[in-house]
Amino acid sequence: MTLVDLVLQQLITGVSNGLIIALVALGYTMVYGIIELINFAHGDLMMLGCFLALTIVGLCGGEGASPWVALPLMLLLVPAFCAGMNWTVDRLVYKPLRNAPKLTALVSAIGVSFIFVNLGLFWGGVPMQVMKGGTDASAPKSFPALLGAGNLLGAHSTLLLTTSDVLVAAITVPLMVALTWFVRRTRMGTAMRAVAQNPTAAQLMGIDVDRVIGMTFLIGGALAGVSSVVCALYNNSISFQMGYRNGLDAFTAAVLGGIGNLPGAVLGGLIIGLVRMIMEGCVDGGSQWSNASVFGVLILVLVLRPSGLLSAHVREKV
Amino acid sequence: MSRLPASAPSAAPPPAPARHSERDGWPLSGKASLCLAGALAVPLVDALMPNAMKVGSLVPPIMIFAIMGLGLNIVSGFTGLLNLGSAAFMAIGAYAFSISTCTVYPFQIGFWPGLALAILCGGVAGLVLALPTMRLRGDYLAIVTLGFGEIVQDVLKNLDAITKGTQGLNPVPAPALFGLTFTSGNFVPWYYLLLALLLLAVAFTRNLLHSRIGRAWIAVREDELAARSMGIRIARAKLLAVAIGACLCAAGGALWASFQGTSVDPGYYDFQLSVIVLCIVIVGGLGSISGVLLGALIMIGFNSIILVKLSDWLASHGIGGGSHVLSLPNNWKYLVYGLALIVMMRFKPEGLLPARDVQEQLHRPVDDGAGAGA
Repeated sequence: MTLVDLVLQQLITGVSNGLIIALVALGYTMVYGIIELINFAHGDLMMLGCFLALTIVGLCGGEGASPWVALPLMLLLVPAFCAGMNWTVDRLVYKPLRNAPKLTALVSAIGVSFIFVNLGLFWGGVPMQVMKGGTDASAPKSFPALLGAGNLLGAHSTLLLTTSDVLVAAITVPLMVALTWFVRRTRMGTAMRAVAQNPTAAQLMGIDVDRVIGMTFLIGGALAGVSSVVCALYNNSISFQMGYRNGLDAFTAAVLGGIGNLPGAVLGGLIIGLVRMIMEGCVDGGSQWSNASVFGVLILVLVLRPSGLLSAHVREKV
Repeated sequence: MSRLPASAPSAAPPPAPARHSERDGWPLSGKASLCLAGALAVPLVDALMPNAMKVGSLVPPIMIFAIMGLGLNIVSGFTGLLNLGSAAFMAIGAYAFSISTCTVYPFQIGFWPGLALAILCGGVAGLVLALPTMRLRGDYLAIVTLGFGEIVQDVLKNLDAITKGTQGLNPVPAPALFGLTFTSGNFVPWYYLLLALLLLAVAFTRNLLHSRIGRAWIAVREDELAARSMGIRIARAKLLAVAIGACLCAAGGALWASFQGTSVDPGYYDFQLSVIVLCIVIVGGLGSISGVLLGALIMIGFNSIILVKLSDWLASHGIGGGSHVLSLPNNWKYLVYGLALIVMMRFKPEGLLPARDVQEQLHRPVDDGAGAGA
């Protein structure tokens, strides 16, 4: 394998990982843009989505499940579940705190994240074949490789492009395009942008702010749901602790691109995916340092450009 | 930098706190004296308890975490900067202490110099983190401190030639003082030493709060712009807050390592630990020193006493044994923490023992102005 091949290979993996991170980051950045809440529970919501996906695969027959049955089922049920959870949590926990200082909602979000992690731990103890019989709930679960690991570029190619790489791009990119269209072109999207800019003024213009916020949580949750299915299929391993790592990556991506900025979140996700993969594949002993390098990049960007890469103008809320 | 007001509308500058020392020679109020007497009596009461109810050896972690809570309280409570990386400073303290005192290395400078070195390292790390990030607004600062925590953990994990990786450094020495033996079997010397250090930390933060820099911190928290117009050097105040907070967290880390006899592994100092320290401060009441003590008692007491005792009790009664995930009380811990945080934020966001200035702002008498005019 030549150096060019190596770099190209890491590019493929990096972009796939980056797109998954970007989907989660979009949920972070949308919620932050509207109510200025760092939704710490978002990564753990994605983790719960992964467990639901695994349960669905288990019901479809585990290792031998047909991807044509399991995949549509997962892509339908998991986003619906995550959207519903996100919306419910907002109604029950964050909504009563809308006018409270920002820190109260943030701490509540940490509380929700703790609860989700604990639910994930319990979920791992469900007596199912795919959960390894429930003997050790906290152990990482292997997710059946429904898509196969064959190389799409042919067996002789030095580069490896798998079905899951294609699936990641085929699912995430259209979603991002659709989201951009939704936010730019539809009535609800316009309302979202208005609320993000100034909730009071938006309300005075007759926008139902609560409905818009609820919608934001629904969409953010659905995106997290999609990304959990894609992530589980891509990495073939889930654990109740994965939410923290994924959430942190995604939040870092959102901050990197300029929080509240949708293209910024995607760009941030891609950068993080690529930095990780370059560290892991192209630098000797770099895999140990991939976390540190991601945050190194983040701190560097924030120090040099404190409001993120793509934020042209961020209104300072005082 | 967005502020984190301790749930109080920032209506007026906080009034100068009343000082008990002005009333008579004894520096503590009645309630505080009672608490201190109670704290002094814990080992005696514990000695009288039947074996199943002895908790004394589980108490020292509460005091160590209270010291760290006091440190974070300076940053997040007094100055209003959200710090999500206190575990990193704790780790730096623990490892600085372990490396300089552990028998594996030739330094072996002993407990007290090691503690001083740990505090120094913590302060320097605080400055290193704070210097480039002073420009950042609240949420960005929070994520940088979070990232700093991850970086420190990674560095400690990867420099295993020095830190022995996941094994941790051990044995780490216990303190030596007046010929007393500090062992894990006998908690009483540990208890009184930590109580003394905790009281020292309380007196330190209390005096800081009432000093020039303490008033500057409160001013920065309440209104950065107004503070700047009053001639307060914002950057300096914030730097000092982060550095002093880091010093206390590092001291806690060093004590933790000494108490455990090992530096523990780097994975211990994770985000959840930072959040637990943050919860200590928030449950008690941001900016409230007595609140931190109560918060540590509740958070760590629940973790290291109630859960432990509940597990023992359940095991001894043969209830819920076995390996099922639902049967171990420890597996319910985060559910309880999470619910407690949510309920707390909903119904008592100012904390259980709110700081006096916060409370006075919330419950200011209506005829305040009239009284002043008369």
